[in-house]
Amino acid sequence: MTDNKLLEVEHLTMRFGGLVAIDNLSFTANKREITAIIGPNGAGKTTVFNCLTGFYVPTEGRLTLHADDGPRLLERTEGFRIPRNNGVARTFQNIRLFTGMTVLENLIVAQHNRLMEASAFSIAGLFNLGRYSRAEKAAIEKAEFWLNKVGLYDQADWNAGNLPYGSQRRLEIARAMCTDPSLLCLDEPAAGLNPRESAELNVLLQSIRDDQGVGCLLIEHDMSVVMQISDHVIVLDYGRKIADGNPEAVKNDPAVIRAYLGEDEDDELPPEVAADLNVDPNAH
Amino acid sequence: MSSAFASSRTNGSEIVKELAFFAVVALLMSVMILGVETVDRPTGLELAVRWDLVLLAIGSTVVGRLALIIRRESISRLVQAVLITITAVAVFEMFVRFRDMDDRWASPVSFDMALSSAVSSVVALAFIAIVFAIAYFSMKEKGVVEVEESEKLSSKIQLAYRSNTKKIGLVGIIFFIIFPFIFGENRSAIDLATLVMIYIMLGWGLNIVVGLAGLLDLGYVAFYAVGAYSYALLSQNFDLSFWLCLPLAGIFAASFGIILGFPVLRLRGDYLAIVTLGFGEIIRVVLINWYDLTGGPDGISSIERPSFFGLADFSRRVPEGTIGFNELFGMEYSSMHRLIFLYYLILALALVTNFVTMRLRKLPIGRAWEALREDEIACRSLGINPTNTKLSAFAIGAMFGGFAGAFFATRQGFISPESFTFLESAVILAIVVLGGMGSQIGVVLAAIVMIGFPEMFRELAEYRMLIFGAGIVAIMLWRPRGLLSFRDPTILLNMSQKEKVAGELK
Repeated sequence: MTDNKLLEVEHLTMRFGGLVAIDNLSFTANKREITAIIGPNGAGKTTVFNCLTGFYVPTEGRLTLHADDGPRLLERTEGFRIPRNNGVARTFQNIRLFTGMTVLENLIVAQHNRLMEASAFSIAGLFNLGRYSRAEKAAIEKAEFWLNKVGLYDQADWNAGNLPYGSQRRLEIARAMCTDPSLLCLDEPAAGLNPRESAELNVLLQSIRDDQGVGCLLIEHDMSVVMQISDHVIVLDYGRKIADGNPEAVKNDPAVIRAYLGEDEDDELPPEVAADLNVDPNAH
Repeated sequence: MSSAFASSRTNGSEIVKELAFFAVVALLMSVMILGVETVDRPTGLELAVRWDLVLLAIGSTVVGRLALIIRRESISRLVQAVLITITAVAVFEMFVRFRDMDDRWASPVSFDMALSSAVSSVVALAFIAIVFAIAYFSMKEKGVVEVEESEKLSSKIQLAYRSNTKKIGLVGIIFFIIFPFIFGENRSAIDLATLVMIYIMLGWGLNIVVGLAGLLDLGYVAFYAVGAYSYALLSQNFDLSFWLCLPLAGIFAASFGIILGFPVLRLRGDYLAIVTLGFGEIIRVVLINWYDLTGGPDGISSIERPSFFGLADFSRRVPEGTIGFNELFGMEYSSMHRLIFLYYLILALALVTNFVTMRLRKLPIGRAWEALREDEIACRSLGINPTNTKLSAFAIGAMFGGFAGAFFATRQGFISPESFTFLESAVILAIVVLGGMGSQIGVVLAAIVMIGFPEMFRELAEYRMLIFGAGIVAIMLWRPRGLLSFRDPTILLNMSQKEKVAGELK
């Protein structure tokens, strides 16, 4: 178990002024596994992602990524360096593609850093040296691989903004994968998809896990996705971890049920409030 | 006229009502502007009334409106065209009379013109015929169907343009190369072409910052000034030649771009625009007040002219130890040689700007600029360093501005802070926006329109602002995103450019 760790989150706390968005959260995600983070709205799931990918600097805690060549501390890394040097890629809850550029260009922009190095910061590229054209060819091949994988090869030259919604979601995942990540963070990838697209997404994510060997961290409200593909589920509520385990165990955890469905006792209003609202305190 | 209304679907009284309404609007608008004039009499200022102009304004409004009504009711094209022609002639009359107040009680100008001589009658008839032809052929006989047809036509033009951009560009380049051979002895034509070319180069430079990277820069003229002053000062104080100073001017301007960019590029949109505006003004104010170095408002004069790549000189009396350009090639001395050389110099500089930009667009850095323009947060999540990417756009844009500035200094031989006001920045930005953000050929067109036309039609200088205003309205109506606002993909996988454009137009 310990040598299989990919991401280790220890005592992560994130405060915005007086608001505690994440409170002393610790969990681990393993290599070659899909770890789902679920929880009611406002539980702090996206905040965890923003801390992991450098959009927020955590107030407290340590985030360790166990890459192939040793552990790295994410909370010490400047925002854009996290995807570049540490291999954490992400997608967004509201899709953020480069809508005016073509599908293929989206995937090539994702390989920016490798191409930039190959073009010697544009100097080799300006004079079209062989070194750059080889790198560009490799980049196109990689993009073609992912286009085939997400089934968008025929739309490669479309503007990304013209794709249907489900295809845009898949393209965003392909774009994240083109950065060669070791950890892929997916923020609600199934939101807005119909059941068939959702099933295709499951296949894609499983293939990313099994064929590419990339660990996934998944925020999702669609339980059919979560329960079918995740190896490990973490449940957050009000920034705290309330359950952690395999999907079956989490599903039957009373704390989780309470968080999602509420507690019977909580439904009962105090008599004086009920009197103010003109409701019978004993009726539910 | 009454037969024209026979098939109308609206009844006559409604049309009269509408016409009366527009007559009143025209009266209200023209009575204070056209109708009253202050005249300087020995007894003091007096008001004089000009009812003829007001009547003309009302008359042309009514007739023009009538043409629009007929168009709306889709009646005869011929009647519409006649009415529009009458309106145009009336408006023309109004302007001519407005300008030449003395003979405003004389017979109509176009009538006079037609009678005065054979040539002017041909001119007058041609004017009327052209207006009539434009009116006749631009009318739509049958509403909806023709609208689709005209859209089809515009998409056909778009397809032809976008799948032949390279050929069009090549034709343009050849035209600009042979331009001095066509107008070889016409000094003003070469001067104007050089001026337009400076603005084309500045437009292309700014296009990197505004069009590709999407950073609104209102102080681009600062880099132009840095380039101009660095050449002038280096050449005066250290006696360096133009050919050595040209790259130095570019480097200086680029470093100013980086110095400015470092603190401000975390700003976005409007805030960035305000800071760059301020930077442009700071540079100008420093140039005015640092008297010891820059000569303040006096500027720097007698800046050295460029030599022919250090081989020969263009002056009539060449300095000791050098030979004249005419001697080198065994030609008669002509003052045009230098002007034509300067023209080719700026043409070469502009083409270098263009080719570097086109190449950069297809490189990772150029794609990152465009990606940054689209979505900065997504760029960060892909590991693109936003600061460095923006800085590189700023620095490269500034560098080309610096080159253009050095050229400007050597061409004018005199520079002062007056040449680098905010208005210049605004003009360059207008060229980029009018051309269509990111479009290289669009910048050329826009520079010709913005710089070339006002110079070419100096006789109409009084109406410049009027035409400018009408032009802005027309652009906003028909091409709100600039003349040629298409983005061509930098790479295509399984489509040709033509297929791609065709697919987009469907």
